[in-house]
Amino acid sequence: MDLKDIIKPENLVYTKTKNMTDKELSYCPGCGHGTAHMITMEAVEELDITEKTIGVAPVGCSVLAYEFMNIDMQQAAHGRAPAVATALSRVMPEKVIFTYQGDGDLAAIGTAETIHACNRGENIVIIFVNNGIYGMTGGQMAPTTLMGMKSSTSPYGRTAEQNGNPLKMTELVAQLEGTYNVSRHAVHTFKHVKKAKKAIKQAFKDAMDKKGTQVVEIVSNCNSGWKMTPVKSNEWMVENMFPYYPLGQIKKNGVLVNNSKD
Amino acid sequence: MAEVKLMKGNEAFAEAAIRVGADAYFGYPITPQSEVIEYLMTAQPHLTTGMVVLQAESEVAAINMVYGAAGAGKKVLTSSSSPGISLKLEGISYMAGAELPAVILNVVRGGPGLGTIQPSQADYFQAVKGGGHGDYKMLVLAPSSVQEMADFVEDAFDAAFKYRNPVMILSDGVIGQMMEKVIFKEQKDRWTEKELIEINGSWATTGKTPDRERNVITSLDLDSHKMELHNHKLQAKYKQMEEEEVRYEEFMCDDADYIMVAYGSSARIAQKTLNKARAKGIKVGLLRPITLFPYPTKVIHKYTERGVKGFLSVEMSAGQMVEDVRLAVNGKAKVEHFGRNGGIIPSPTEVLDALENQIIK
Ligand SMILES: Cc1ncc(C[n+]2csc(CCOP(=O)(O)OP(=O)(O)O)c2C)c(N)n1
Ligand code: SF4
Repeated sequence: MDLKDIIKPENLVYTKTKNMTDKELSYCPGCGHGTAHMITMEAVEELDITEKTIGVAPVGCSVLAYEFMNIDMQQAAHGRAPAVATALSRVMPEKVIFTYQGDGDLAAIGTAETIHACNRGENIVIIFVNNGIYGMTGGQMAPTTLMGMKSSTSPYGRTAEQNGNPLKMTELVAQLEGTYNVSRHAVHTFKHVKKAKKAIKQAFKDAMDKKGTQVVEIVSNCNSGWKMTPVKSNEWMVENMFPYYPLGQIKKNGVLVNNSKD
Repeated sequence: MAEVKLMKGNEAFAEAAIRVGADAYFGYPITPQSEVIEYLMTAQPHLTTGMVVLQAESEVAAINMVYGAAGAGKKVLTSSSSPGISLKLEGISYMAGAELPAVILNVVRGGPGLGTIQPSQADYFQAVKGGGHGDYKMLVLAPSSVQEMADFVEDAFDAAFKYRNPVMILSDGVIGQMMEKVIFKEQKDRWTEKELIEINGSWATTGKTPDRERNVITSLDLDSHKMELHNHKLQAKYKQMEEEEVRYEEFMCDDADYIMVAYGSSARIAQKTLNKARAKGIKVGLLRPITLFPYPTKVIHKYTERGVKGFLSVEMSAGQMVEDVRLAVNGKAKVEHFGRNGGIIPSPTEVLDALENQIIK
């Protein structure tokens, strides 16, 4: 069989969503950000809401998300994406608004904006990529950095005395009346990608139905910041990040879920 | 129909915001300007014009909400007083960088730090010279009456959208709190989605339709060459403002030997001083800059060419605007500053003494 016999419309099993631009991703090879972008944009396309979706990019490695996501986007100051999204959603209630934020952006400098947007129950989707480190600035400690984990600003490992315990921001915002569906996912295997995308799709639907704030955390790797190969970083993530940040539904349709095991 | 009302400057600003057809206001309470958000919350414009009013969790959040709404092409305002404006500066810098129109009111109080809740004009440098990081400018309007607190809302929006740049209304605790008669214009309609897209659709994030490329609001460019070009573009806008937007008011300057320069509430005080001085036979005039950036530099320069002997900058600060008067005078005449700090309002007699002792003597 010739290659030409295979490349036919009826044999097509996958195409890149039109909601991603052709620009080469700026992420390190192996990094989870690219997959998280892709499934977010696929969800938007599949729900046929491209024309009414506006995204808010953070400050962090995904600061350039607007170069890759082929929709209208705003780039917010560090941590302020939930405030920007609040306004977008308030002044254009018929539109669909999401933020895409890292853990430094969402859980350190932007803690106040995150908590208050969730508490007001803004009808927005928050996609929270938690890689336990500041990737963009070169691997400094984040509020989510695990105990004992080394980073350029915790070179001997994080200690509770010095830095407090890793912050479970997603569990925290799940406690607030304003959040509706809150879940934690990963994108390192096909199975996990599928689940994460399903959650993102549901989150967009619930935001459109004005059910309140939808939070989807994606526990991800930062192979460069963790100073590991991509494969090793995913193994390390499963062994170390998942026990502290267990995958699964944390709040379902406005009710806290007891068993948050995957 | 035009309506006459008696109200505080802060309330006049709020009422004018509704009437101009603003889409949103985001703010956080601080004295002496909390009447703005209180008035808006009581007026409930969401029931009439559809204007959104939201109390944010901080000034930082409020200014970033302004960024978001402005990026969607909406007419959006915020207001605060000095400590709150300090917190808004990051957002203002981002808006200047991302070229977003918005109106920001500062009802200045005494500083530094928590300072005092009494009136001051000590935020001149912050408003006029930048304040936030990077090479940016805001057009700055200085109202000196309750009427101007209302009128400048529309003027500020016009300039904000003309230049796609934040515009500041630099007021103070006197103008914000005092009550005067004010005439309001008729209620304007807010832009419909269709109008908004016609006017701002080439850049605002209203949702990407198939007929256009995606719109992106950002102040970032990692390519330094492109960033330099972007800076040149911004500087060209500021230059154009200097050429087209200078506003001022002159009182008895034509025959004056001496000129007082004062804005905002200080200009009101200096007007009284002017009357007292003229009664004594002193030929003094008053220049009231209405725009603080762009500054009426050329007018001051003209006075020096005509042979004006001395200038007194009257400000409720330790001497900030006086630097711009000096730059305009360029050593050709005597320039002095008179002011009170920390929330003290100078009396017309004090200003007259300063004029006689610092300038005329
Ligand atoms: C006000 C401000 N402070 C600090 C920075 C520097 N900075 C840029 S990205 C970043 C951390 C980002 O980490 P995270 O949100 O975890 O995203 P990641 O890069 O890991 O995806 C910091 C501290 C900044 N840009 N602005
Ligand atoms: S530094 Fe880390 S988070 Fe950033 S792109 Fe590289 S792997 Fe991804």
